[in-house]
Amino acid sequence: MLEFLDVYARHADQWGPRLADAAVVSARISILGFMLAAVLGLILGLAQEARSRIVRTVVRGYIVFFRGVPVLAILFLIYFGLPGVGIVFDAEPAAVVGLGLAFAAQMAEVFRAGLGAIPKGQWEAAMSAGFRPAQTLLLIILPQVVRIIAAPVIVTFVALLKDSSLASLITVNELVLEGRALATEYFLPLHIYIWVGAMYFLIAFPLSMLAKYLAKRARGARA
Amino acid sequence: MEFWLSTIMPGLLTGAVVTVSVTVASLLIAVTLGFGLAVLRQFPRVRLLNFAIDAYVEFFRNIPALSHLFILYFGLAAVGIKITSIPAAIIGLGLIGAAVTCDIYRSGFLALGIGQVEAARAVGMTPVQTIRFILSPQAIRVALPPLGNYALQLMKDTSIVSAIAAPEIMFYARSMVTSSFQTTLIYSSAAMVYLLMSLPLAYAVTRLEHRFGGKANA
Amino acid sequence: MSSLLSVQDLHKSYGNLEVLKGIGFDLSAGEKLALIGPSGSGKSTCLRCVNFLEKPTSGTILLGGERVGVKAGERPMSNRELAPQRAQMGMVFQGFNLWPHLSVRENVATPVRKVQGESAPVARALAEEMLAKVRLDHKADAMPEQLSGGQQQRVAIARALAQRPKLMLFDEPTSALDPELVGEVLNVIHELADEGRTMLLVTHEIAFARDVADRVMFLYDGLIEEEGPAREVIERPQRDRTKAFLSRMHG
Repeated sequence: MLEFLDVYARHADQWGPRLADAAVVSARISILGFMLAAVLGLILGLAQEARSRIVRTVVRGYIVFFRGVPVLAILFLIYFGLPGVGIVFDAEPAAVVGLGLAFAAQMAEVFRAGLGAIPKGQWEAAMSAGFRPAQTLLLIILPQVVRIIAAPVIVTFVALLKDSSLASLITVNELVLEGRALATEYFLPLHIYIWVGAMYFLIAFPLSMLAKYLAKRARGARA
Repeated sequence: MEFWLSTIMPGLLTGAVVTVSVTVASLLIAVTLGFGLAVLRQFPRVRLLNFAIDAYVEFFRNIPALSHLFILYFGLAAVGIKITSIPAAIIGLGLIGAAVTCDIYRSGFLALGIGQVEAARAVGMTPVQTIRFILSPQAIRVALPPLGNYALQLMKDTSIVSAIAAPEIMFYARSMVTSSFQTTLIYSSAAMVYLLMSLPLAYAVTRLEHRFGGKANA
Repeated sequence: MSSLLSVQDLHKSYGNLEVLKGIGFDLSAGEKLALIGPSGSGKSTCLRCVNFLEKPTSGTILLGGERVGVKAGERPMSNRELAPQRAQMGMVFQGFNLWPHLSVRENVATPVRKVQGESAPVARALAEEMLAKVRLDHKADAMPEQLSGGQQQRVAIARALAQRPKLMLFDEPTSALDPELVGEVLNVIHELADEGRTMLLVTHEIAFARDVADRVMFLYDGLIEEEGPAREVIERPQRDRTKAFLSRMHG
């Protein structure tokens, strides 16, 4: 056991900085991807209530597509597949776009569920008081929605963070890819991949706990 | 077009067989092991056990599947434990899945409310009988829609095992690309195969949701 | 005829089910009209058609001579276009519908600021004045979930009052309250009635309707079965259905 840990002691200063740099890349594509997913997801979530049947069908189709196709297939399609029809993305942008598009479908569901959880009476009271629809949404509905969706949003981010590891398979130099490089250099895959896993854990675990706490609070306040 | 029919699709469909097999095998492990963990977790008095189960769940849920698979396939090999691609895929996804389903079942138990337990106590059932005859059947019923969703997610996650050389859809797609360079066609077809496979599953999930109520917080 | 509210030949159908089959009545300024009747008679639907929370299938609603909910050329108004008209009517709901993320004061003041366009200090002062009227000024900083049902409903009344509405609409204001909390809300409504406000009131509280309302309309199966001065209709009903309903309610 001590021998095992000793390996880390010996290599920490070589692996540490490289993995830290790679972690920054992971964080970057996760955050950018999530921002895209959130914005697009909000648009899709609201668009599901649109009056136009065409809009609703398109949104439905989008969600069905991204619900059924794996993120990895999307990433490959964007990075390797699109160049065949003339659309070329660099690795990182491809990852951000792929993650964003895929998780927008999930975020759309989160927003839809959040909006649906607001009782109709809230809308009616606001409209009776003379608020215009835009005012109602902004002042009355969205503040309540934010409270409800805080936990699922965090959970979705953690999922996106985990799937950012797939970017390594389209040559993005994030944590897992850096781990692979180190593993081939040092022939110590077990130690290195455990360290990589631990780094993900250190970010994801606190976020997961935060989400659980927020969810409990949201349930309690529902009385 | 001929190439598509004679080479691409057969290749992808061969991979699809592996996708389905890995999904089914991992699913079986995940739903049974997860159920066992969830049931054990219902006994709040054994603190060490609770902590161990919680740690298991958090460990597997907060680290990417790719990372876990690399540890199983590459990492263990370096210390002498050689696990080949498909078994590694099944074990890895199965263990992760058990963590996910454990949470799903626990939500199911939680949704039942204390009244059920009290009624069972009142008629003289032991804790084990209560769990066996009263809580589990109902918890499983509530858990079916989220479990269905999990199964759908699992099928998509099998695409990851291509990275540890398991011959599923993406693996075939990648190898065909290296020999033919028809990237757009091949990767679009791969996406389409997944989509088509997902449709019956997604439909089943919708039916489950109608029959057994909405989604629990998985 | 200068009635404040004029409802003419109001029909409302949900698919094949016709709930309102031709309701018509007028309400003068300062008058209080109570709508009573069995479940399914359409009284709540009728009330909700007045401020177009339900869109009538046909018929005309006039507020102060102006057509509610319909533009020139018989075109229906959007929610955005309806907002100014709704702002002239204050509605109190059975389920209170206070906004949970806003304090009591903010619940009352926000429409004043955002709809009526008053400045923040003016809105705040008005809110506190209305809360004092319903005897809840000491709870101005509390959150709705901290209040009892009766208190929440009184805040809802203050919120509607702060709009300075021409007309107040009450949709079964005490039906969702525990029995011991009903009185405090009815007292507030009675006081408002005595001040001379114009009110359209849907209620199950028959004795209250008799004491507060000037006129009563008994609705049965989507039509006005009987109407007249409150005391008369309730104490000396003419029609059989009215008699049957009232004897059931009085018990």
